[in-house]
Amino acid sequence: MGKHKTPQLDELKKGKWPSFVREIERAASKSERTVDLLGQLEKSYEDGITLWKHGGMVGVRGYGSGVVGRFSDVPEEFPGVQEYHTARVLSVPGFFYTSDTLRKLADICDKYAGGIFNFHGSTGDIQILGFTQAEAEDLFQSLAKIGFDLGGSGSALRSPSACVGQARCEWACYDTMHACREITNYFLDEVHRPPFYYKFKIKFSGCPIDCTSSGARSDLSVIGVWKDNIKIDQEKIAEYANTFDIIKYVVNKCPSKCISFKEGKFTINDKFCVKCMHCIATMPRALKPGDVKGAQLRLGAKAPVVDGPRLGFLLLPFYDINKDKEDGYSYFTDLVQRIWDFWDEHGKNRERIGELVQRFGIGNFMEEIGIEPHPAVVSYPRTNPYIKFDNQIDKEE
Amino acid sequence: MGQEDKRITDVGVPNYEDYLPPIIKDNYGKWLYHEVIKPGVLLHVAESGDKLYSVRVGSPRLLSTDTIRDFANLAEKYCGGFLRFTTRNNIEFLLTDENNIDLLTKEINEMGFPVGGIDNTIGNVIHTQGWLHCHTSASDASGVVKAIMDELYDYFVNPLLPAKIRMAFACCINMCGSVATSDIALVAVHRKLPEINDEKLRNLCEIPTVVASCPVHAIRVVKRDDKTSVEIDKKLCFYCGNCYTVCPAMPLSDKNYDGLAIFVGGKISNTRTKPTFAKLAVPFLHNNPPRWPEVVDAVKTIVKAYKNGAQKGERVGEWIDRIGWPRFFEITGFEFTKYHIDDFRLSEATLNYSNHSTL
Ligand code: SF4
Ligand code: SF4
Ligand code: SF4
Ligand code: SF4
Repeated sequence: MGKHKTPQLDELKKGKWPSFVREIERAASKSERTVDLLGQLEKSYEDGITLWKHGGMVGVRGYGSGVVGRFSDVPEEFPGVQEYHTARVLSVPGFFYTSDTLRKLADICDKYAGGIFNFHGSTGDIQILGFTQAEAEDLFQSLAKIGFDLGGSGSALRSPSACVGQARCEWACYDTMHACREITNYFLDEVHRPPFYYKFKIKFSGCPIDCTSSGARSDLSVIGVWKDNIKIDQEKIAEYANTFDIIKYVVNKCPSKCISFKEGKFTINDKFCVKCMHCIATMPRALKPGDVKGAQLRLGAKAPVVDGPRLGFLLLPFYDINKDKEDGYSYFTDLVQRIWDFWDEHGKNRERIGELVQRFGIGNFMEEIGIEPHPAVVSYPRTNPYIKFDNQIDKEE
Repeated sequence: MGQEDKRITDVGVPNYEDYLPPIIKDNYGKWLYHEVIKPGVLLHVAESGDKLYSVRVGSPRLLSTDTIRDFANLAEKYCGGFLRFTTRNNIEFLLTDENNIDLLTKEINEMGFPVGGIDNTIGNVIHTQGWLHCHTSASDASGVVKAIMDELYDYFVNPLLPAKIRMAFACCINMCGSVATSDIALVAVHRKLPEINDEKLRNLCEIPTVVASCPVHAIRVVKRDDKTSVEIDKKLCFYCGNCYTVCPAMPLSDKNYDGLAIFVGGKISNTRTKPTFAKLAVPFLHNNPPRWPEVVDAVKTIVKAYKNGAQKGERVGEWIDRIGWPRFFEITGFEFTKYHIDDFRLSEATLNYSNHSTL
């Protein structure tokens, strides 16, 4: 962009995939500071390292999260990015927008920041990039005026997110977008004012396909499921049978081997179905989740930091979230509060809930928060005899 | 006070009802089925018979305000101003008029954006901030993704694979984003001991916090020049950067040591097999900007081997489970090293306690 030579980045303007460099240049054509972003990035490409400084406190008054500080390590060379902070903005559940709102967001981003967004950040926030601490308050208030608020960062409840759910997906077993909005607003204080040892994430997926990756990414994962029989339309099955081999691609792929397809009749022994969604996703016109719908809760998923990556384990195999919706999600919020109280009492700095419950013992943890043990928590029961019984030796015997 | 009274805080999550197109409001919770009617276009049919066409557009995630405005204009022209984003950074235009699909697609393509990413494609690559905007990054996320997708573009716009490939990139082991359960997961790693700056350490860091931050207890308190500092046991440190996260006096970025590891066969959906993490295929490739050719080659090798070897409907991990890891390494030509054998927590469970092996 004139001011800095960027031969390496120019290379990334070529090719068919849309170029992030073109996006930055487009923003830089209106924003002086973003010209320096381009310059600093080119220097990173030359030097082979990041040129952002570690740390630096930024934020808006009354909030302990939502703004992530970014300070350049080489501000003499690139004064425009001396401060180039990120605002995490709570997105619309399901990521729905209108053209009008997008334009307003764009105007705010141009006025107070560097003219670029991430749609969306990894957690699901809209990210506005490139403002200074001095601009943070005005940015924040402009967003608030159009109905947008900051999201979570640091040791907070990170902005929960939801799959598109009932808005556009026939498989959604509960109203993910509604749950996400209501529950986030209920816990808004925990989003804005970090109270925890470390981050806590909640994600809402409408069925076990788990489009939000909640089972790998959220400390608490809420995944829709049904309890009763899969609904079968035999006529539609017959239509599918004319187009592909149902035995090979559906019956034989069922993990619980509970499907049969004989003499044109498709049956499922639902007692053994593990609700994996394979048959339904393969023949969406013929099969549907049943009518008794709810959600499953998995706990403890996290990325590697600190003690290695974890997937969420099945804490609660079925919970009637559809009824809970009528009660303002009180069962859910009470349970979350019990989990947080437990974390508060037993946890330590930078320890995620998944690490804590492992350290504490899953069985003991479940007892503390009042969830009955059940065999679906485990892949298989214990194989060693090192059982720590609760009672001491019974002297009377 | 006047000013203060007007300060707005805690507005919370926007009400999505304000952003839903009428067809979605009318059919909320009453959808019947959906299918892919052409590459990049989903049809959702409601119980009422209403039809919604979603045109999926790949984006680089990082978008300028003017591109956002262009998308807003297109949404107004073709679908009443309504659009959404997916969890994988795609834009979806929500159309009710089937005739607009091709017109919109044409304009999108003219803007330089692809329509695709549905069904048996390589979906948009979830990625993180990289050198562009994060202080712990060991690589540049956007650059690597751009380099890969330029080469694999056809796999985004056309369903050429046995099943979908979900690919993701994280620029450090903090792994922002849904990386670990991807079919192909790229993770940038440091490989050099943190460099301790004693003076900075004393001024900026809490020493007990620094010691406690290390997952392998490699950090010890020591006296240097009569002052308290820390030292790192180089036999234990695996360059995770946890200490740097809590203490800026221990940076570990280095041009010659930073690079990428590639993992394969992760899966988040519960369909057929249980969700599972991706496993290590390539322990390390150097950063080689601006186009990271070695990384692109390795990814292409995996995609090609999968495409040739998997049965219809099999994800990368299911394919490898069927053929076995020895065959995977044989087919791809990736070297199996001692680094592939896990030695962290839960590693015992990863060994083969049997005689099962393809010979
Ligand atoms: S998680 Fe299930 S319900 Fe939600 S969008 Fe994905 S497939 Fe549909
Ligand atoms: S949902 Fe999965 S487990 Fe249940 S019948 Fe279908 S394929 Fe089998
Ligand atoms: S993955 Fe690591 S380096 Fe990349 S954005 Fe996240 S914390 Fe920063
Ligand atoms: S980089 Fe990781 S392993 Fe090495 S000393 Fe720091 S915290 Fe410990």
